[in-house]
Amino acid sequence: MTVFVAPSLSYSLLAPILIVLGGAVITVVFEAFLSKAIRPVAQLSVTLGTLVLALVQVWRIRHESSLTAAMGSVAIDGPAILLQATVLILAVLGVFLIADNEHFTVVAATLPGSEEERASIQSGEKLTEVYPLTLFAVAGMMLFPIATDLITLFVALEVLSLPLYLMAGLSRRRRLMSQEAALKYFLLGAFSSAFFLFGAAFLYGYSGSVSLAGIYDAISGGTGNNVFLMIGIVFLSVGLLFKVGAVPFHAWTPDVYQGAPTPITAFMAAATKVAAFGAILRIFYTSFSNAYWDWRPILTVIAIITMVFGSVVAISQRDIKRMLAYSSIAHAGFLLAGVIALNKAGLDASIFYLFAYGVATLGAFAVVTLVRDSAGEVTDLNRWAGLGKRSPFVATIFATLLLAFAGIPLTSGFIGKFSIFSAAYESGNKLIVVVGVLSSAIAAYFYVRVIVLMFFTDPADDGTSVIIPSILTRATIISTFAITIFLGVFPAPFLNFISSTATFIR
Amino acid sequence: MTSNSLVYLIALPLFGSAVLLLAGRRSDRWGHILATVLSGSAFVVGLVQFAQMLGRSNDQRAVTQKLFSWISVGTFKVDASLMLDQLSICFVLLITGVGTLIHIYSIAYMSHDLDRRRFFAYLNLFIAAMLLLVLGDSYLNLYVGWEGVGLASYLLIGFWNQKPAYATAAKKAFVANRVGDLGLSLAIMISFATMGTVSFAGVKEQAGHASTGALTAIGIMLLIAATGKSAQFPLQAWLGDAMAGPTPVSALIHAATMVTAGVYLITRSNFIFDAAPTAQLLVAIIGAITLLFGAIIGTAKDDIKKALAASTMSQIGYMVLGAGLGPAGYAFAIMHLLTHGFFKAGMFLGAGSVMHGMDDEVNMRRYGGLRKFMPITFATFGLGYLAIIGVPPFAGFYSKDKIIEVAFNAGGIKGITLGGAALLGAAITAFYMTRVVILTFAGSKRWDDKAHPHESPALMWLPMVLLAVGSVTSGIIFTHGNSLQNWLAPVVATSPAHEGELLKPAVVSILALVLVLAGVGLAIMKYLRKPVPSEAPTDVSIFTRIARRDLLQDDFNEAVFMRPGQKLTEVLVATDELLVDGAVRGVAHITQSTGRTLGMTQTGFVRSYAMWILLGAIGLLATIWVVTL
Repeated sequence: MTVFVAPSLSYSLLAPILIVLGGAVITVVFEAFLSKAIRPVAQLSVTLGTLVLALVQVWRIRHESSLTAAMGSVAIDGPAILLQATVLILAVLGVFLIADNEHFTVVAATLPGSEEERASIQSGEKLTEVYPLTLFAVAGMMLFPIATDLITLFVALEVLSLPLYLMAGLSRRRRLMSQEAALKYFLLGAFSSAFFLFGAAFLYGYSGSVSLAGIYDAISGGTGNNVFLMIGIVFLSVGLLFKVGAVPFHAWTPDVYQGAPTPITAFMAAATKVAAFGAILRIFYTSFSNAYWDWRPILTVIAIITMVFGSVVAISQRDIKRMLAYSSIAHAGFLLAGVIALNKAGLDASIFYLFAYGVATLGAFAVVTLVRDSAGEVTDLNRWAGLGKRSPFVATIFATLLLAFAGIPLTSGFIGKFSIFSAAYESGNKLIVVVGVLSSAIAAYFYVRVIVLMFFTDPADDGTSVIIPSILTRATIISTFAITIFLGVFPAPFLNFISSTATFIR
Repeated sequence: MTSNSLVYLIALPLFGSAVLLLAGRRSDRWGHILATVLSGSAFVVGLVQFAQMLGRSNDQRAVTQKLFSWISVGTFKVDASLMLDQLSICFVLLITGVGTLIHIYSIAYMSHDLDRRRFFAYLNLFIAAMLLLVLGDSYLNLYVGWEGVGLASYLLIGFWNQKPAYATAAKKAFVANRVGDLGLSLAIMISFATMGTVSFAGVKEQAGHASTGALTAIGIMLLIAATGKSAQFPLQAWLGDAMAGPTPVSALIHAATMVTAGVYLITRSNFIFDAAPTAQLLVAIIGAITLLFGAIIGTAKDDIKKALAASTMSQIGYMVLGAGLGPAGYAFAIMHLLTHGFFKAGMFLGAGSVMHGMDDEVNMRRYGGLRKFMPITFATFGLGYLAIIGVPPFAGFYSKDKIIEVAFNAGGIKGITLGGAALLGAAITAFYMTRVVILTFAGSKRWDDKAHPHESPALMWLPMVLLAVGSVTSGIIFTHGNSLQNWLAPVVATSPAHEGELLKPAVVSILALVLVLAGVGLAIMKYLRKPVPSEAPTDVSIFTRIARRDLLQDDFNEAVFMRPGQKLTEVLVATDELLVDGAVRGVAHITQSTGRTLGMTQTGFVRSYAMWILLGAIGLLATIWVVTL
């Protein structure tokens, strides 16, 4: 008879995730028991407090390194700390945007256009369910990149995805589109999760283990059935690549980015990418590293078509949110180039890129929330004409962020792209560098086109205007702008910090 | 030796320029005073340095100051450092000394100009840049000053840019200088490529190991740079037009200092030219051509400033010729540069004084008999005149005769040709300078009654007097006991001037004097004995007409460079629009339509999205299967 052994947990190392989950539970309780009047302020404070507390705890354990924090299910190491901190910082900036209730419907369950919907809006109440949802998603995003077995990975994947499906459907304006986006996201997410699970099963069949270390040992030993390994890697990759929006698993991205409330899009675009790429880096760098020559070709193909597809299709977009969605697809391709490099430089560059890209994305969507007319946000690009003349300050910030996306020097985007491509070049993958640079050139076209539209086209008198942002939104915009410039001009300290910290433990 | 005070030489005038430009109209009332004081302070710093230098032994005199590490890329390191040695101190004193006098002169000369403050700001900027040029310890540092003086020159030539012709003159000077600047930057690049260094000391050390081909290339590039800045053949055409600038500018920049930068560059690079005889010979030839070219143009000009400009071109030709004669000539080139700085600046200020009294009239045919109305101007101008034509014991006699003598002593056909040209040039110089003096100060009055010629105020004549003193005495001082030659010996290798002596110094002097007298006599016959028409006669020989048209220099440039250049740009623009832009537009068009086509995969139906995912998974499996097969 086996004796039950109590699991040993290192609570201090798990504390960041536990704090966020605890905060999420508190917000659920608040949602049930607090009066509607004080709920918005209370929920916002608890959410921000939780995130900041978790960030402080991440900082305190930054030098720790452990594989046994949760019985071998998670790894606490340099990349884990960096990615968790990135997710938390992006979450704080994202919550600043989410705090503007103007974007959210009041009762998500009401039928669009119905009497109940109108009544709920007229009641003047505010939606606060978004806070617990955000915290649960953040907890999932923090777990995803540190999980070291396939079961934990799958749990994390679902914990981060389910709240996002709901959040995508909360838009106040164009509710049908928003709900359609949520449903699409859910269906396709479920579909890809199935692939992920299927892949996990094959890998278990190959190695007899669900832990990344076990799979690594099996690959090193070379005793298993290689067909199982290949199918396992491919299907697991499908699930992961779906989350980052790589072609051809990207199709949800434009629809969801466009349909979701813009603050949610901002948070999702920035933080999900960090979490998913964190998981990809860990899995491919630690577990699959000895099967490099098997997965390198498929990821190379995916990276190339992702970069090219994202950049080329973005050119013909007429909607700013869809354009940014395709731009995020292209960036997923650039990031894959860092994964494929499979060297220390590639890891460092990817982490830097994730942070820089996440920050710039949040800032860009934050600006999108400001451009409105009487019916809500204006996302039609043609109506952004002349914005630079009416609101030079906001337009300048947006232009800077676009230049960062395009990878123009003196912005963080340049440093990110440069380090990613030099890492890829170092690893001998010249093809991907050439395609990457060419796609960047194509991508620069549509970023600069928006700048030209804003600054060199006469404004049309159609009621489009930039609203005065709330103090929190302003904080997000200004800090993202400052970080983008700072990392572009003075990246060395940050790069050094990453490269001295980021080492996977196996 | 190092010194901490070299930087003040540059910093003081630079500070003045910055204050005047940034303070704007607020400094209108005191700006010119500040600028003059700062220029004077720089002169004082220079004098102190000079005194300290005199106190050290001859091989210890050079001092350096490192300001900061400028460029550090791999093994390529350039410091922003200053170096003051026996050669640069000559220039420092000339620039700050004459510069300060001209600042003082300009206070009165520009007193009616609304933009006087801006004028002084540019003057200070020029002083700072010129000092950087002569103080830089590497070609790269020199280049910064080189471009700086180009900028100041451009700004000051076009100072009255409300007149389109003046703005065009500024542009012309700028473009011609750009051609020369290209030579300098190429020289810097070649020297870095072949020797791995661009500092004077480094290049001097490496010059012994470098190939003659590389050194010749560097030498020719430096020569091109010098012809641009110093208005030497074939880049001489801008100097005449540069007289559009206010007269003090012509005196300071386009006579005494900036235009001699080319001579400085060649002398400073003596280690290159001494190791590249072909380049050195070219320098001498260019000098000889230009000294005749300028002198001939000078005979045909009625505009007093343009006549003086042609004379400047010719005199710099002498200096370049001297510098092209190698170790025997460097010291005399510099000596002529310094004496010329005195007498030519003095004469330009004299011309300015005449214009000041004659309502800005520049046509000498409208002058005549002014000596009675402007005695001081006449006296100082006259002393400068005696110096330039080389009458002993005035300054020009010593410096110019030495160059002629060294030219003859170069030996063989080379010596006879160069020496002959220099001798002929001296005769022509005597002719056209006598013509200027006669037309302006002698003869009968030819101005109309509206003009009221009068002597200029003391602020103007005082600098003229001081410069005239220099014109009289500097030659004696520099040659007394070969003082300048010995002074410069550690910087430029000197050699005994009398190897293979062709003509004895006394013979050269007598020959030159005879020819000068002939020139003076011819001018007196032509312009003093006969009445001078107040309009230039039109029924003149083809030679006069060509000389009046500046020996067709502009026609040549227009036909050979400008028109073909315009055609070339037209063709290039058309090619750019059709081929390059066409290709770009085509690519953009293809990309856009590809984007639209690919965008159609975005149907909006979940079923088709799911199908993409499925197809993607199958595709990946297929890929991996093919790869691992």
